[in-house]
Amino acid sequence: MQTKTSRRTFVKGLTAGGILGGLGLWRAPVWAVTGPGQPNALSGTDFDLFIGESPVNFTGHSRIAQTINGGIPGPLLRWREGDTVTLRVRNRLKDTTSIHWHGILLPANMDGVPGLSFKGIEPDGQYVYQFKVRQNGTYWYHSHSGFQEQSGVYGPLVIDAKEPEPFQYERDYVVMLTDWTDEDPADVIRKLKKQSDYYNYNKRTVGDFIDDVASKGWGAAVADRKMWAEMKMNPTDLADVSGATYTYLMNGQAPDMNWTGLFRPGERIRLRFINGSSMTYFDVRIPGLKMTVVASDGQYVNPVPVDEFRIAVAETYDVIIEPTEQAYTLFAQSMDRTGYARGTLATHAGLSAPVPPLDPRPLVTMDDMGMGGMDHGGMAGMGDMSGMDHGSMQGMDHGQMPAMDHSAMQDMQGMDQSEMSTMDQGDMPMMDHGAMPGMGDMPAHPASEQGNPLVDMQAMSVKPKLDDPGMGLRNNGRKVLTYADLRSTFPDPDGREPGRTIELHLTGHMEKFVWSFNGVKFSDAEPLLFKYGERLRIVLINDTMMTHPIHLHGMWSDLEDENGQFMVRKHTLDVPPGSRRSYRVTADALGRWAYHCHLLFHMEMGMFREIRVQE
Amino acid sequence: MTRHIQSPLLSMMVMAGLAQGIAAPAWAAGNAMPGMDHSQMQGMDHGQMQGMDSMQGMQSMEAPRTTSRTPIPELTAADRAAVYEDHGGHMMNDSALNSFFLINQLEWQDADEGSALSWDASGWIGDDIDRLWLRTEGERTNGKTEEAELQALWGHAISPWWDVVTGVRQDFKPDEPQTWAALGIQGMALYNFETQATAYLGENGQSAMRLEGDYDILLTNRLILQPTAEANFHGKNDPARAVGSGLSNTELGLRLRYEIRREFAPYIGVTWNRTYGNTADYTREEGDDRSEARLVLGMRMWF
Repeated sequence: MQTKTSRRTFVKGLTAGGILGGLGLWRAPVWAVTGPGQPNALSGTDFDLFIGESPVNFTGHSRIAQTINGGIPGPLLRWREGDTVTLRVRNRLKDTTSIHWHGILLPANMDGVPGLSFKGIEPDGQYVYQFKVRQNGTYWYHSHSGFQEQSGVYGPLVIDAKEPEPFQYERDYVVMLTDWTDEDPADVIRKLKKQSDYYNYNKRTVGDFIDDVASKGWGAAVADRKMWAEMKMNPTDLADVSGATYTYLMNGQAPDMNWTGLFRPGERIRLRFINGSSMTYFDVRIPGLKMTVVASDGQYVNPVPVDEFRIAVAETYDVIIEPTEQAYTLFAQSMDRTGYARGTLATHAGLSAPVPPLDPRPLVTMDDMGMGGMDHGGMAGMGDMSGMDHGSMQGMDHGQMPAMDHSAMQDMQGMDQSEMSTMDQGDMPMMDHGAMPGMGDMPAHPASEQGNPLVDMQAMSVKPKLDDPGMGLRNNGRKVLTYADLRSTFPDPDGREPGRTIELHLTGHMEKFVWSFNGVKFSDAEPLLFKYGERLRIVLINDTMMTHPIHLHGMWSDLEDENGQFMVRKHTLDVPPGSRRSYRVTADALGRWAYHCHLLFHMEMGMFREIRVQE
Repeated sequence: MTRHIQSPLLSMMVMAGLAQGIAAPAWAAGNAMPGMDHSQMQGMDHGQMQGMDSMQGMQSMEAPRTTSRTPIPELTAADRAAVYEDHGGHMMNDSALNSFFLINQLEWQDADEGSALSWDASGWIGDDIDRLWLRTEGERTNGKTEEAELQALWGHAISPWWDVVTGVRQDFKPDEPQTWAALGIQGMALYNFETQATAYLGENGQSAMRLEGDYDILLTNRLILQPTAEANFHGKNDPARAVGSGLSNTELGLRLRYEIRREFAPYIGVTWNRTYGNTADYTREEGDDRSEARLVLGMRMWF
């Protein structure tokens, strides 16, 4: 392989096109992972990584990718819980680079975010990461500099548990799903800034309108078009970047390269799915096989048997399967149904199973966007919460509710109003649901969203939607995993009630391709301040029509159910449009941390905040 | 903690049991709160009602924890030393300068007097709120420039869909060059419907108003029909330039383009221009028809 920067023996023998033969991990009796079929796994406590350029060819056209140790993905790193690992990362690019260990608890200066954790790794420079591994499970790592992640600077990370795991298996494969474009990622964002629907070739046409008239009638079809036209939005807007430029990869292999993992009949296999994409959600299934989800974001969950799951960008899911046939297709279609990543599990190399067709493309509905049931014309009046029925609250016996925690409310008053405006008690949206059946909660919106040219919509009715499989997966005849199915195998690891609540709205402007929290882009925003040791609640309300995977560095995100009870510990939380999701955070990591949407171009356009955990 | 998964069915049963286990305390707690009407409470936004969460702590008949189950380590010198104190901050692309230049029309027209070359282009450079806008349009007939103008405007977003623009317009033709001050709004009135309304004040006391709109109709995702409309109004007669007061002229167009790439789309179309009132009189005096339909062939491009 012509790796410009390669001087290392462990990358020799790889081919330029598919770079990796596979990431299969034979579950060896001793803790060792080298062996046939897995040339690119590194284990131990001492690692040398270099970030450089390598030629690749996923599409028939040769391109220069940015790679870790010459591979896409980078080498599988295998750590052991409790070890102290040392990773020397060398930069052979012309630009500053970095590696962020996604979902890993570590000291602030090891987190790998230039400007927040360290200054980055200069060209020809080296940074030595060293920290104690305090967790186990399936994770990944990637560059946090510019668009390098889209160019190939990512890899899988597996940490073996110190204690026995709550499930058993005989074989173990990483399945890393990513999106590749032959274009320079900087060109992709330039195009999106000029024409945000550049990559959407599935917009509704005159023909679709005629079909709708035929099926729904003239009035309904016109009303639907009118509503979308007035919102200046497009119901086919499921992904900003699509298969029009992306080739979807499974373990660094394009669909027709057919990454294959081998097994022996009767074996139980652990598949470690990692979504290392820049912009793509995948819906994953293995036709003919149930999958039992046993971990999410590296953390054990109570087993859930499913046929299919949606994996948000940056999430990981571990599943156990028990194949009995000769061959199965691993099928991961992009959420917008413009392509898929695909591979095979088989008893012999060269076998394959049928590849299912892409599912029908869903349309975003007003319900999806938190606009459900609203009379569009009447929206203007909703800002004053005229639908609130205060009378319905009179039944509450305040004497029995000492926990109606006013001190917490007072805490809120000291907070930056532009960030958290919603503690205004006059605004408390205790709506009478008897009067508004089927509606979610009407959220109050922060002042910084009001009259903001960079906020193109505000959800009027939001729900946690934890049991919603999501757009394109509802009622498809398959058991689809939802967040409501996820329960950590352990109780709330903190157990304290959150001392305060930070509410943040996910905001943006589709046409201008601007993304932000509370209508304020990163470069205009002040850091959010956490006090070391505190337990707090973050409430996210999605005021956009896109789904956003929100990732907090350095600390866990403990997702709550509708009643504010601990459900599952994660590092990346999907927040679909029209949803309100809450989670708890224990601020147990001093320093400055990144908090952002993990859609790369959303993050880079401003949906990012610094969080400072201070004494 | 080791649980051996024997079958999906067993796992499902385990799940169901757990789900019940989790749900049960909440129900019990609900019953212990006779004063509350839960049917009325469902809409409460817990994130904004701190107390409700504390209440649940109470309900579970367990004193609220004041310390974390997982001990939070005392901070050490090493923890403090690990905090990166350079406040240059993280570099992002969210405030980068961007630009967009669209040559919406660059076309050959089959005119009554011969063949004409016509253009209409606009573009911007700037951030997400403030942008320098450039607009130009004009026409050359039989190799002679009949009309040509260039506008340079500062545009400021005042709402998600509307910009205020202000600046100058320079006419090179017809007749002697003429400079105008410009003030207007532009924006998206409906999805795919771009509109502009601009008022101009000329150096000789002339005033003018122009309304423009275009709409994209997707026959397919690459074959797009674009109706356009433009209307010009003037405050007073200007015989030298053959414009009269009131509504002077309208230009309607219908162009069918095929986007080979988004950036590059050949098209075919028709335009229909018409003059009104005094302008129509000047037109007739020059021996021209007050209305004219033209076949057009052109290329739409952006970069």
